[in-house]
Amino acid sequence: MKKRIEDLTVIGNSKLTEGFFVIKVSSSEDLTGIKPGQFVQALVTESPSTFLRRPLSVHDIDPGENTMSLLVQIAGPGTERLSRITPGEKLNLIYPLGNSFTLPARGERVLLAGGGCGMAPLLYLGRKISESGVQPHFALGFRNRSRILSHDEFSALGPVFLATEDGSKGYRGFVTDIPEFRNEHWDRVYCCGPEPMMKAVAALCRKRDIFCEVSLENLMACGLGICLCCVVPTTSGNLCSCTDGPVFNINDLKWQTSG
Amino acid sequence: MADLRIKIGQLEFRNPVILASGTCGYGSELEDFINLSELGGIIVKGTTLEHREGNPYPRMSETASGMLNAVGLQNKGIDYFEKNIYPHLAEYKTHVIVNVNGNTIEDYVDLSQRINTLSAIPAIELNISCPNVKKGGMIFGTNPASAREVIYAVRRVYDKTLIVKLSPNVTDITEFARISQEEGAEAVSLVNTFLGMAVDVRTMRPKLSTITGGLSGPAIKPVALRMVWQVARAVSIPVIGLGGIMNAEDALEFIMAGATAVQVGTASFINPRAGTEIVGGIEKFLVEKEMDSVSNITGIINRI
Ligand SMILES: Cc1cc2nc3c(=O)[nH]c(=O)nc-3n(C[C@H](O)[C@H](O)[C@H](O)COP(=O)(O)OP(=O)(O)OC[C@H]3O[C@@H](n4cnc5c(N)ncnc54)[C@H](O)[C@@H]3O)c2cc1C
Ligand SMILES: Cc1cc2nc3c(=O)[nH]c(=O)nc-3n(C[C@H](O)[C@H](O)[C@H](O)COP(=O)(O)O)c2cc1C
Ligand code: FES
Repeated sequence: MKKRIEDLTVIGNSKLTEGFFVIKVSSSEDLTGIKPGQFVQALVTESPSTFLRRPLSVHDIDPGENTMSLLVQIAGPGTERLSRITPGEKLNLIYPLGNSFTLPARGERVLLAGGGCGMAPLLYLGRKISESGVQPHFALGFRNRSRILSHDEFSALGPVFLATEDGSKGYRGFVTDIPEFRNEHWDRVYCCGPEPMMKAVAALCRKRDIFCEVSLENLMACGLGICLCCVVPTTSGNLCSCTDGPVFNINDLKWQTSG
Repeated sequence: MADLRIKIGQLEFRNPVILASGTCGYGSELEDFINLSELGGIIVKGTTLEHREGNPYPRMSETASGMLNAVGLQNKGIDYFEKNIYPHLAEYKTHVIVNVNGNTIEDYVDLSQRINTLSAIPAIELNISCPNVKKGGMIFGTNPASAREVIYAVRRVYDKTLIVKLSPNVTDITEFARISQEEGAEAVSLVNTFLGMAVDVRTMRPKLSTITGGLSGPAIKPVALRMVWQVARAVSIPVIGLGGIMNAEDALEFIMAGATAVQVGTASFINPRAGTEIVGGIEKFLVEKEMDSVSNITGIINRI
């Protein structure tokens, strides 16, 4: 699908929990060609401190409504401004950007692991996996009970295993402490979340010899492959996480095997 | 319709808008958004003789109305360029210029000689102003004797259009422009990025792996514009102005201050159509002012 710049219309903005919200935008163009794992570059106007666009994963696509959802966590001025966006406003996006997750083959057991705003790309990925006839399972990690994001849409696609760091809900610990993750057979694991989480998931997958793809959130200036600011060291040298990624197979990354 | 054509040495450009090196890849990355043939030209990313991986991540930090970068000339080297990238570039219907870099004078000379043989590359931009490499780069562009030496040496082996890209990190940029003119350059382009830095107060660490990096974007525009104006009055060769140009109005400011052409850099990161929109905006301005050529306004502030 060709990349485009478009002013999309905001049709919803709902708060999930403190600091997390979902923006829904509608497009005048067809959105169904967007692949799971791809991202958008959102223009945040009004302030000199939000000069560059903000990269955000595609959280979900509704082909019927022709809408796209973005799951955003407030991290600074750009995401804070986005949290205040209201229906009717325009949101200028460049999309779709980046590569995508590779879908599983029929009959494979797949686990989608994430936490916080790293859950963003996993919903659309889960939907596409489910549409392809494979049952997705989700392993979601949060700091504590009050930080848990609503995940009804995930549950509608497949089983959800929860972990909280303080044990206030689900298993105590990180996603990698979830017994189903540690003990059951998995053919593929997909992960997006804070870097320590992705490294722990990668270490576990490497140990158990499981195919694993992670979606990186490197700092980006352009998102288009023209600035070379977003590089990640790989076995084939520095690659751009915006065009060669954001999704990488852990075997191609130069991450240490320890979590 | 107004005549947007401009000339640098013997080389005619369709219009005065060129995409800046290191901010437009090899052009192909922007083809979903723009028709490259609507631009005056593109300057492809900084090229060296050898393959370079650049500096470690993080290499970018956003600043108020701008950004710092410390990419450090990541590129696959001239052999790879010639074999795998050049054949595609040769099909573009716009001028494709290569930004030439090296650690030593010999590197600059060898690379310029190699590019001299590529018939579809009508010009080079000699980058003696990269702030993000330990050797070469800005060291040549901030020392008058070294600048003279490298331009002299390249001029002897390169017989097409030679543009020298100047560093703003000097006390008197006109001195380097005069040296470029004296050593036979057809044009100077300015500015490259300003040396800057940023600190993350939360981690108490520098935001860039290299501590310092190059500042670009609207934050540098007034200073860049002042330098372009000074240089345009100091030399008779064409001046290509850049630094923080985001739209046609910015570009017109540089042209009115004396720039024959402009380059668009960081703007493409936010709006990949910035270059072609600026072409349209300049044309619209001239038509509205009932002027038949962009040359009517080149350096106009110095004439009134
Ligand atoms: C491919 C990709 C997909 C992303 N998807 C999502 C998503 O779906 N939802 C979401 O909420 N966030 C996502 N992010 C992160 C998001 O882009 C940043 O949080 C955002 O740019 C911060 O902007 P700001 O102005 O709010 O904060 P800033 O003031 O710019 O930054 C605040 C803090 O966040 C850090 N930060 C800035 N940019 C990034 C970044 N790109 N990645 C990680 N940390 C960053 C800064 O170092 C700083 O500590 C994604 C990033 C990438 C690269
Ligand atoms: C990410 C990045 C990479 C750059 N790489 C190069 C380069 O390889 N060679 C060069 O001469 N200038 C390079 N520059 C400098 C730009 O070409 C330009 O001189 C500078 O950014 C100022 O213009 P601007 O404010 O319009 O971006 C780079 C700039 C940026 C932001
Ligand atoms: S963000 Fe510019 S190349 Fe990846």
